Amino acid sequence: MSSSGKDTVSQGPGINAGSASSPSQPPLAIELRNISKSFGAVRANSNIDLVVRKGTIHGIVGENGAGKSTLMSILYGFYQADEGDVLINGKRVRISSSRDAIAEGIGMVHQHFMLVENFTVLENVMLGAETHRLLAPGENNAREELLRLATDYGLSVDPDTLVSDLPVGEQQRTEILKALYRHAEILILDEPTGVLTPQEADQLFRVLQALKARGVTVILITHKLREIMDVTDTVSVLRLGQMVAHRNTAQTSMEELAELMVGRKLATASFERVNPTALPPGIEVRDLSYDDRLGVRRLDNVSFHVGRGEIVGIAGVAGNGQSELLEVLSGITPPVSGSFVINGRETSAENPTSPGEMRERKVNHVPEDRLKLGLVKAFTAAESSLLGYHTDAKFSLRGLLRLDSIRKMCERLMKSSDVRPANPRLRSASFSGGNQQKLILARELDKQPEVLLIGQPTRGVDIGAIELIHEKIVAMRDGGCAILLVSVELDEIMTLSDRILVMFEGRIVGSVLARDADKTQLGLMMANAHDVADKQSGLFNDSQAYGSDVSGADQ
Amino acid sequence: MNTQNVPLPAWIEVGLIPILNIVMALFFAGLIMFAIGVNPVEAVEIMLFGAFGYDEAIGYTLYYTTNFIFTGLAVAVAFHASLFNIGGEGQAYIGGLGVGLVFLLLDAYLPPLLLIPIGIAAAGLFGAAWAFIPAWLQAYRGSHIVITTIMFNFIAASLMVYLLVNVLIAPGSMSPETREFDAAAWLPQMHEVFTWFGLSIARTPLNLSLVWALICCLFVWIYIWRTRWGYALRTAGYSESAAIYAGIKPRKVIVSAMCLSGALAGFVAVNEIMGVHHRVLLNFTAGYGFTGIAVSLMGRNHPIGIIFASLLFGVLYQGGAELAFEIPKISREMVVAIQGLIILFSGALALMLRPWVVRLYLLVRPLDSEPST
Repeated sequence: MSSSGKDTVSQGPGINAGSASSPSQPPLAIELRNISKSFGAVRANSNIDLVVRKGTIHGIVGENGAGKSTLMSILYGFYQADEGDVLINGKRVRISSSRDAIAEGIGMVHQHFMLVENFTVLENVMLGAETHRLLAPGENNAREELLRLATDYGLSVDPDTLVSDLPVGEQQRTEILKALYRHAEILILDEPTGVLTPQEADQLFRVLQALKARGVTVILITHKLREIMDVTDTVSVLRLGQMVAHRNTAQTSMEELAELMVGRKLATASFERVNPTALPPGIEVRDLSYDDRLGVRRLDNVSFHVGRGEIVGIAGVAGNGQSELLEVLSGITPPVSGSFVINGRETSAENPTSPGEMRERKVNHVPEDRLKLGLVKAFTAAESSLLGYHTDAKFSLRGLLRLDSIRKMCERLMKSSDVRPANPRLRSASFSGGNQQKLILARELDKQPEVLLIGQPTRGVDIGAIELIHEKIVAMRDGGCAILLVSVELDEIMTLSDRILVMFEGRIVGSVLARDADKTQLGLMMANAHDVADKQSGLFNDSQAYGSDVSGADQ
Repeated sequence: MNTQNVPLPAWIEVGLIPILNIVMALFFAGLIMFAIGVNPVEAVEIMLFGAFGYDEAIGYTLYYTTNFIFTGLAVAVAFHASLFNIGGEGQAYIGGLGVGLVFLLLDAYLPPLLLIPIGIAAAGLFGAAWAFIPAWLQAYRGSHIVITTIMFNFIAASLMVYLLVNVLIAPGSMSPETREFDAAAWLPQMHEVFTWFGLSIARTPLNLSLVWALICCLFVWIYIWRTRWGYALRTAGYSESAAIYAGIKPRKVIVSAMCLSGALAGFVAVNEIMGVHHRVLLNFTAGYGFTGIAVSLMGRNHPIGIIFASLLFGVLYQGGAELAFEIPKISREMVVAIQGLIILFSGALALMLRPWVVRLYLLVRPLDSEPST
């Protein structure tokens, strides 16, 4: 279990960006003039202008497919613009490879890290920028440089740890160190917080402020508007390949940005809560424990229940056992001890239930990691929409797949969930994350489950699609489905759940009725610092048959 | 520019690029011939004539092709499950043992109509059984399939030497071979089949197993892309975690895919033992199992591609033999070197030309989809 990232309790995400327009304007670090880029008939970027001043943090927001990544790829040399100019520090440059970009002082931290897992931090930082033919003298230089960067920017990572042993937040720091080691003065971060815990995200933002203070220009690509509001000085909004607005962050609001991104007003989601008493049981978990392959206890005597017709949200910092809980409940891995009853079927270590049996019992699972579990990237959308149901008589007749009914089923799912493009023959990998998620959700909801396990339903999904996904989940609840929702987005948990359980280090450390939930309270519980607060506010009254919902919170 | 993820139309991917690879290989083969003073154009003419020029040539070419189809399919099926079956050679060899054992027992008692299906089944079952052990070790004990299948080739070879020298050898025989089977167990050769219809072609080893090979191609295509078992196999091959999520048991897929693979490799014995030699003898597999890897690679693991790749290797074997015979300067080893060049360019360097092809293609017609953000 990752140790760092949890020891520091954050003061909340608010780091003040300070005033956006200082009296003496700093010089321009980046200027993009009239940039256009087409892929065939699709204009990914059209006539984009962008100005970023030196030593500021600039946010770029937009839905998936709005052209954010294309624009940054042009800046970083992965693509060349069809038209337009790139100016760095006031000088017109031609960036035709990442090597050119690095030479211009541009560094990029990708959403998916570009690190060699079985190299140390030091080796990763040096890779491709070794200063000596022999490794040892270069290593010494790099070590000194890393030390300097660590003190200058507060970017401390042990240089001799293997990257694979680092928590995600520190892996990301390694990426930033790589860029700084190559003398980056402009740092592009692509969706940097998608993989981070809230605490790690806060640490990242502190690092960004330190970088800014030392004159580094930061471009932050994200679709999380809260982050934009918290850390950026200026922000640009992309929609359908066009730059629709530039704003000083201090003079805009999340509502305005959201509207600009989507191009229409968004209804503020608020769903009716269900009274969670006297519901028929859907999931009953008793003293469930699970150890991973290395023998680390991931679930520790977990007990709770979910009634039919309620949504129980599991809040917690990522890596506190939520993923394992979903895996065990969906039958992917058997528990080590304890048991759970889903839909009348008891599962325990001695009596495991396979994922296939779970499906037969109308237990459906929308996995957290859609690319690894939810679909097969190389499959067509139609093939991915069959995942888990290839033995269903509707789709295979004496072993032969009924391609026609599979295609029709996929078309129906795509239509019902507005998956775009609605083409079942397209490869699953070529859909955007949001559309992949909509397809997976449609596949699982279509089976009219009685119990639904959902992990990170809207991770990496556009605002517009989030609305639709949330509505569908609530509709399932209203239809009498028992829903267990795991999400690292606390807002999402609070929006959707009827009851909220908080997990910390594999235990359930708190249970709150959502209508009484308070964000600070939950945040403290997630960091397991709620003991005192708990006794004061008395929120822990889960008046349920299984009073052991709150377990191990008190030692 | 990153060309790796740029999709190309199927005709370029499976048609143009493989042909370009072969042209490259032939170009370098031509340089070698030029260096030893042989006219490359003349050599190619002799080779093609030797492969297709007359009845007998065609018969031999297709006879070799048959073996490559079986071993190519074997590698492809395992490959779709993300398994690299290097053991085709041993599985084919043991397939021959299966055919030998049942025929030595039964050939005097049963009619051809029963013997031939039994022989085919024995070849497949024995091949499958020889693949089952490495598969089981991979699935349940984590022994890497590449290592175990290679070792099982050696075990198969030693086992066959032992059995042929000590146990199965025909009484009174000097060479390590079984007795000849009763003619009832012989798979009809094509020239015999043609005489049934009143046609006459040259006598060659080509036999009805070519038809069986083509049936296997159809079967493999249906199995992989049109059945739920094939769906499970591909799911497990692409993503083990997605397979588990979908309720597919990857271990069972490993075992079943390898058994099917081994059975297909075992069918080499149908061609060689039932169709040609009519007895079990040493080293009848002659490297076909290994060449199957190149065939499958070149055929992009698809039955249609495998048919064409097998034909190409059939041409190389038969035409190459003719070439060595006609031009004394070109030795048998030289022919092997040419084969090696083709394997090198269409196997190991299969994607070498792709970036250039992509660039050319993008010049002619740009992409029509935006990369996902």
